[in-house]
Amino acid sequence: MSAVMQSIANHDAYLAGLLPTPTTPYEWLNTLRTGAAQRVRTLPFPTTRNEEWRFSDFSLMCKTVFAPAIATPALTLTEIAPFLLPEAANSRVVFVNGIYAAHLSSAVLPAGVVATHFSAMLTNETLRAQLARHATFQHEAFVALNTSHLQEGALIVLSKNTACATPLHLLFISTASTTPVASHPRCLVVAESGSACTFIEDYVCLPTATPSPTYFTNAVTEIVIADDATVRHTRLQRESVAAFHVGYAAVHLGRNSCYSSNSITFGARLSRHNLHITQSAEGANCTLNGLALISGRQMADTHTVMDHTQPNGNSAQLHKCIADGGAHAIFNGKIFVRKDAQHTNSTQSSRNLLLSNKGRIDTKPQLEIFADDVKCAHGATVSQLETEEMFYLNSRGLNANTARNLLIYAFAEEIIDKVPVASLKQHLSHTVSSQMGEIV
Amino acid sequence: MISSSSKIILEVRNLSASVAGVGILKGINLTVRAGEVHAIMGPNGSGKSTFSKVLAGHPSYTVTGGEVIFQGKNLLELPPEERAHAGVFLAFQYPIEIPGVSNSAFLRLAYNTLHTRRGGEDLDPLEFNDYIREKSKIVEMDPSFLDRNVNEGFSGGEKKRNEILQMAVLDPTLAILDETDSGLDIDALRIVASGVNRLMTPNNAVIMVTHYQRLLNYITPDFVHVMRGGQIIKTGGKELALELETRGYDWVHA
Ligand SMILES: Nc1ncnc2c1ncn2[C@@H]1O[C@H](COP(=O)(O)OP(=O)(O)O)[C@@H](O)[C@H]1O
Ligand SMILES: [Mg+2]
Repeated sequence: MSAVMQSIANHDAYLAGLLPTPTTPYEWLNTLRTGAAQRVRTLPFPTTRNEEWRFSDFSLMCKTVFAPAIATPALTLTEIAPFLLPEAANSRVVFVNGIYAAHLSSAVLPAGVVATHFSAMLTNETLRAQLARHATFQHEAFVALNTSHLQEGALIVLSKNTACATPLHLLFISTASTTPVASHPRCLVVAESGSACTFIEDYVCLPTATPSPTYFTNAVTEIVIADDATVRHTRLQRESVAAFHVGYAAVHLGRNSCYSSNSITFGARLSRHNLHITQSAEGANCTLNGLALISGRQMADTHTVMDHTQPNGNSAQLHKCIADGGAHAIFNGKIFVRKDAQHTNSTQSSRNLLLSNKGRIDTKPQLEIFADDVKCAHGATVSQLETEEMFYLNSRGLNANTARNLLIYAFAEEIIDKVPVASLKQHLSHTVSSQMGEIV
Repeated sequence: MISSSSKIILEVRNLSASVAGVGILKGINLTVRAGEVHAIMGPNGSGKSTFSKVLAGHPSYTVTGGEVIFQGKNLLELPPEERAHAGVFLAFQYPIEIPGVSNSAFLRLAYNTLHTRRGGEDLDPLEFNDYIREKSKIVEMDPSFLDRNVNEGFSGGEKKRNEILQMAVLDPTLAILDETDSGLDIDALRIVASGVNRLMTPNNAVIMVTHYQRLLNYITPDFVHVMRGGQIIKTGGKELALELETRGYDWVHA
């Protein structure tokens, strides 16, 4: 039996089969990568017996052998035009199958703003100080796997008191290829004190036509927000419906900092996104919005952790799932309010729309409070389209399909409306309505 | 008074209907001609809303007998949206809120769907904006309500005005107003009533379901029907409403 075949038979060895052959010219990086590779070899492949992965069975991906991408296909700007944002025409960093694509990128930025790829600046102080410090891999097999490959990625740095008005677009394109490809995108965003920026982390696939390509994206993002800084983060997962996508984002909040996240999931056969936010100083503000809109045989699992460790923090979270066909959406949102986190104000709402009796939605809000003087509220609902709403629209002349689509659109729109980039918001609205059959 | 030679718009014959297996309507007969206003009055639970919803095609209600002919068509075999296309409109007793959809987008979608079905042209958002602002005046609705989500956070009176605005946009041949007057203060009542009066023509008709006589001070009915136990047990002119107001329903017998 070949090595590859053996790793397929044994899921625990599967991820080790995706490890890179080492060495980079940087010793610190090699040490990091070797440590991560070691964890990949020892951590089991997550199964549904693991509480954190209870509903997301990724064993299907083990049937496919993924190879690392070696060269980028020669994509042109015209080909990627559907993904380009006019607001970010000169603030775009593009990767194709994990490899930086200089000819598709354009970053002409004001002083104090860096948006680039980082493989050419691995000696940079800021980078070395922050990279792999926030997304720890000790207990996360996929983060360990990503880290074992660490050498390339997107870097955003906002210098002290710099506000960047233009949104920064990090575009990760996966392409169809003869052998299914695995890529391990990495982002590091550092907002120094008093700075502000908006960035879009965007996972897409080309071609968009069927048959949908199979590939594996294993992304890790670290966001460090210093005192009084603001980061507005939009994460878009619109991978091919045959792809596997695992993402982990670690956010570190400084004193009186602001973080807002709009996380939107449309794609992938199986996807999992972890968002882990640590409020590590007093008075941070967090707004978390999420939307998963899936159908067919898709599965989308979102796990969030909001960890209030210090006083006077605010967090407001709204997560929505819409599952049609035989799709399965999962939301697990933990909020920790630690002993010292007095006067925390935290809300969480999970609202879900189940469109078919073959679909499934599992939602689990979890509140763990160790401080005594706090305001916390959470709630979860799973509903279906209401007969009364449908009848109201039908009685106004809209047929059953249009009425249904309008109600789904309305449900999704509450999240899409919060995306802070006009062209993207419009595009997403359009995607939802055309997915729903052109209604608005 | 309407001449009895006006065209018949609606003919209900011996209509029975049930919901959740329970018979509610028990043989209703009603003829509505062009230009007429019919008031249907009756105590709570007598079946007025059920009758309204059955005419509009609510899927939870099962017709168990009788027939409904609307402008020569068998209304009961049409799904609700086709009844709307044919010219039936129901103003809901409890209008539904639709968060996430702006009132103007909803009204435009409804307008374009209906008017293209009737052979008219689509209006683009700009054209529709002019059109709807003009129509809003019929119910003295502030244009800011057009930008808000459908009925979301509207007061009871605002919802009812929005129903009449929808009636104005959809231009029905038969409008069924289910307790459009309930929950309105006297100013809102006057506005809603004058809106309905302005929309009346010799070619359309209105069925007003109401609990109280006061709406009938503003919209004069040609016929007043008393419903009880799922049947129309008495029919008279507008003076019947006044009698009901002073004597209640108990004296009325089939
Ligand atoms: N969806 C329903 N499910 C069960 N019972 C219903 C439903 N709708 C109406 N009913 C019953 O039918 C009867 C008539 O109700 P309704 O038509 O609303 O009366 P009205 O409008 O005259 O007050 C009442 O007894 C009511 O409880
Ligand atoms: Mg009623």
